[in-house]
Amino acid sequence: MSERLNISGFCKIRNNNVFLNGDPVFSDSETIQVNQFLKNNYRHFNINYPKFFKMDNLSKLGFLTAELLINQHPQVKSIYPEQTGIVLSNSSSSLDTDFSFYDTIKDSANYFPGPAVFVYTLPNIMIGEICIRHKFTGENVFFVSEQFNPKLIFHQVQYLFTFSNIQCCITGWVELFNNNYDSFLCLIEKVKDNEAENKNSMFDEVNLFNIYKK
Amino acid sequence: MEELINTLKQEIIEALNLEEIEVGDIDTDAPLFMEGLGLDSIDALELTVLMEKKYGLKIKTAEDGKKILYSVRTMAEYIQANKK
Repeated sequence: MSERLNISGFCKIRNNNVFLNGDPVFSDSETIQVNQFLKNNYRHFNINYPKFFKMDNLSKLGFLTAELLINQHPQVKSIYPEQTGIVLSNSSSSLDTDFSFYDTIKDSANYFPGPAVFVYTLPNIMIGEICIRHKFTGENVFFVSEQFNPKLIFHQVQYLFTFSNIQCCITGWVELFNNNYDSFLCLIEKVKDNEAENKNSMFDEVNLFNIYKK
Repeated sequence: MEELINTLKQEIIEALNLEEIEVGDIDTDAPLFMEGLGLDSIDALELTVLMEKKYGLKIKTAEDGKKILYSVRTMAEYIQANKK
């Protein structure tokens, strides 16, 4: 029986709403700031990981999206840690935190570079936070592109499945700058053709884009 | 001294984003690293910045840091003895 790559599930966080596989699971006031919204999410889903509060907003957003997705798909935890890959992307890189760090150094009379801010001045730190939480050690990569690029994501994830030993991959778009954000992660797994749920869940550029936009 | 200890605890909570910890939860004499609050090396750097920013005190060596940042009490004692 041949195998194919399947989109097993997805989580979206946008406009202060959280969706799991398209179903709304949490909603907050539209006027609330992103930092408070992310903390409200953490508490609503009873997540117990104090390090969450030390993360920058981008990592908090990626962490929460991955956390909810993985909790929905506990089979990920039974896969060997080195067989879970991560491919993420966004357009603002870590600019939100870069500016916060700049605030700590721009005034020579008040020059106190913040170490805890500095460590988040790279977007792939968000991948690190997800990996530390779930002990993933598979291949990972972060891309910066103007907008969500399903072609890029599709080819990179396919490459990882072909040339590394991953069995599943968390992939998508985690964008955050100022108070604007958009997060979409999905779980890609190898499945046997007869186990695949339907044509719309097949991992390809079109389905990826449709799920992201929906 | 007690007032300084309480101020310091509040400043540590704010500087390290210990959102689910309150002043009363921090044991004045407990080690801040590994046990106690379980702080890490980045937190040590943040506490070093806090000592300089709020109290004008530079911690110059890692050895000094280990002693001064051992607990809230050792931090408070160092501040009281050296504050400019």
